[in-house]
Amino acid sequence: MSETISTAAPESVAAAEDFRPLPKAMRLQDVAVSFSGKQAVRDVTFDVPEKRVTSLIGPSGSGKTTLLRALNRLHDLTKGATVEGTLLLGETDIYKGGIPPTLLRTRVGMVFQRPNPFPTMSIYDNVVSGLRFNGIRKRAVLQEAAESALLGAALWDRVKDRLKAHASTLSGGEQQRLCIARALAVEPEVLLMDEPTSALDPISTKRIEELIGELKDRVTIVIVTHNMQQAARVSDQCAFLLMGEDGAGHQVEVAATQKLFSEPDDPRTLDYIHGRFG
Amino acid sequence: MAQVTQAPPELAPSPDLARKPRFRARSDSPYWVLLYAVGAIFGLLIVGFLLSVISESWPAWQKYGLSILYGTTWNQSTGQFGAVPLIIGTIETTAIALFLAVPIGIGTALAIVHVLPARLRTVTSSVVELLAAVPSVVYGLWGFLVLGPWFATTVEPKIQSFWHGNFPFQGQVETSSLLLAGCVLFVMILPLVVALSRDAIMTVPDETIEGALSVGATRWQVFRKVVLPSARVGIVGAVTLATARALGETVAVAMVIGLNPNIAHSLYAPSATIASIIATEFQDSTPNEVAALCALAVILMAMTLVVNLLGRWLINRGAVKATP
Amino acid sequence: MTDVLEQLPKDPILERRELVKAVSARTLRRRSLTSKGMVGLCALAFVLALVPLVAILYSLVSKGLHWWSREFFTTSPAVPSIGNPNNVGGFANAIVGTLVIIGLATLLAIPVGLLAGLLVAESDSRFARMLRSTAEIMTGLPSILLGIFAYTVLVIGGEKWGITFPTIGYSGIAGAFAIGVLMVPIIMKASEASLRSVPQVVKEAGLALGARRSVVARRIIVPTALPGLITSVLLAVSRGVGETAPLIWVVGASIYNPLTWNPHHPMSAIPMMIWLNYNSPYPGFQDSAWGIALFLVVVVLFLNLGCRLLAAFIQRERR
Repeated sequence: MSETISTAAPESVAAAEDFRPLPKAMRLQDVAVSFSGKQAVRDVTFDVPEKRVTSLIGPSGSGKTTLLRALNRLHDLTKGATVEGTLLLGETDIYKGGIPPTLLRTRVGMVFQRPNPFPTMSIYDNVVSGLRFNGIRKRAVLQEAAESALLGAALWDRVKDRLKAHASTLSGGEQQRLCIARALAVEPEVLLMDEPTSALDPISTKRIEELIGELKDRVTIVIVTHNMQQAARVSDQCAFLLMGEDGAGHQVEVAATQKLFSEPDDPRTLDYIHGRFG
Repeated sequence: MAQVTQAPPELAPSPDLARKPRFRARSDSPYWVLLYAVGAIFGLLIVGFLLSVISESWPAWQKYGLSILYGTTWNQSTGQFGAVPLIIGTIETTAIALFLAVPIGIGTALAIVHVLPARLRTVTSSVVELLAAVPSVVYGLWGFLVLGPWFATTVEPKIQSFWHGNFPFQGQVETSSLLLAGCVLFVMILPLVVALSRDAIMTVPDETIEGALSVGATRWQVFRKVVLPSARVGIVGAVTLATARALGETVAVAMVIGLNPNIAHSLYAPSATIASIIATEFQDSTPNEVAALCALAVILMAMTLVVNLLGRWLINRGAVKATP
Repeated sequence: MTDVLEQLPKDPILERRELVKAVSARTLRRRSLTSKGMVGLCALAFVLALVPLVAILYSLVSKGLHWWSREFFTTSPAVPSIGNPNNVGGFANAIVGTLVIIGLATLLAIPVGLLAGLLVAESDSRFARMLRSTAEIMTGLPSILLGIFAYTVLVIGGEKWGITFPTIGYSGIAGAFAIGVLMVPIIMKASEASLRSVPQVVKEAGLALGARRSVVARRIIVPTALPGLITSVLLAVSRGVGETAPLIWVVGASIYNPLTWNPHHPMSAIPMMIWLNYNSPYPGFQDSAWGIALFLVVVVLFLNLGCRLLAAFIQRERR
């Protein structure tokens, strides 16, 4: 039993973790995303192990964000966007399994690159907005959830006395943590993070990276990052994507972070890690 | 201490140059004088405008005093100049127009920005703005010759029977009525509400909307709880401008309202607004009567200014609340 | 083993997760239907917004186009006879009247409007800001009030507030004045916007070369903003052409005003003619109002389209 609860601490285990026995939060098979017929990302096949951090890395244009947004069906909003392949959340096919996008998005949450709290709402209202949208109104439930979410985002102590203040009174890093709290409040199973620290200063970045380490007991995390070092620091599993000659990003290699960064199978991965491009 | 800064004698500036500053640019003041003069001319025009309306109305205020403001009979031929029915008529037509234009205008703006295809946006916006280009008198003509008869023969009787002949849809159906004027006014202010609301709604960033969607909101929930509150300031501005426009609309209203300076007892009855009376009673007016009409103009100006100031106050309050 | 598990405190997070799943599934149908319904209403609102436009255009064309003839545009109105109720002549006197009135109004409004626009674009002084707010308010004021202004200072004129105003009586000049004052704030606002939109770097380049502000304005800002300035004038003209209310008090119009190019005389104007025709007891005149209205709308749309095309041209040039 102990092997399955190993953490990603680099100094602890000599061999990289084996994710095979772990339950899979999400599974992707031959996933491709096209916009108006032109492929943006293709040939993506990997599993997202539960309660671990999976990162999507690669140079700009490799389709990481496009792939991420397919996981909570944000492409539904874009006219002309098509998603092919099989994406499973648990046992349900996200696209063909009959689950409405609104429900899907309560189970697969998202944090964006730039903090985007709702400008007209207070901190408290921001955090519980997801619960309210889904029809939960009881004040006791909302308050408990807000506290839990803000604790999870390491923001509770900072804001507990001013929950009615506007979200704009927080600094950038705090606003991003507010967005994380907002996503956590509906207790998703998976949390998608699209370059969550790229718009933040180094100290806030560090805080959020620490947070990710704490959060993975609560939610499975899939994070897109263009910062290799960040991927090495926070993630357990890494998927490396690269833009091919056809202009579409595709999956090159998926492996435990330890292995990907020390002995990758694919030479292109090695090149990327050594900074030869991207 | 060496005087490093002193130039050697042979390089010192020659005496006459020393009298004038060396690089004095040609004066730019004529430019500014011209601009400010023109600005002053504009200012004078404004002042003159205000003065003229107020001073022309002075004899009426002197003669009738504040009874103009609380009198309930306006009858040019008998010399009674109580503006209350006209004030009420003005407010009523504006209210009807706003009641229709605000929801339909905001809905249209939401549709243009978030429901209809984005690439059609310029086309859809332009088409609605074409409505704004149609002159007032053409609206009046259409209202009187097309919309009015349709209302009188079809729409109004149907509503009346549906409402069982109760207030406010009771009474004789006429070709010119308060309801018709309100509806024509609605069509006229609609493009204004749509254009300004659309601008306000477009300022809400996509990321904010995606943030709402990704916690499980439906589209309407996003509109209601995120987009519209964020656009609130702009929408208040739109409604304010539309109200001011509706209050002052003269010709179109005059052509369809029936020009009956009494408080209408039903939406189907004819009525009158301040602006329409100012326009239509001018012909064959004695100077005394002209003064009374100018008094009406002062009242209208005051009403419009109040609406403008109210709008500004609401906007400031809204803006202040968002950033404490 | 199961006893031990049951005694473990239930994880609130997992509980909440189940709660959210349950409630969101339960409320989904209602929320989804509401959303679809309201979004549908928004689309419906858009359609509703188009209906009047289509209806008006249809009426204009179907009722007005058949009036258009050479005679319609070149002759003045005539009294219809019993035998020929539709023989009402044309509205040439109104066309000329509009040309004179709008022409003079534009002549007054362009310098004042553009220069005032330049002032508020270039200066941030208290006076400039006051001017801008005033222009803002002016565009929202009922246009009929401007008719009263022109009536007071030009139609009646006389001694007022220490100045002697000319008494011109009902005339095209008074009408031009009223509409000119109407146009000034429109030109001012729109030209300020396009002057301000000249990129800062371009202005600074001029200043860095040592040019003084007036030269920068004349040689750099104005030429760059020129399409926008022209747009602002076109916008004002399209508005002025359609205005009736300011003229009612001041031009002394009647359907039978003789055609005259002399602005000292009373004259008619196209929108005025529609108004008078509507008021006329002769059904022939009421009917011909459609023909005049169609022409007016065509002119206004043409001017507006001109504005739009210019604006699009500016956008493209800027890229």
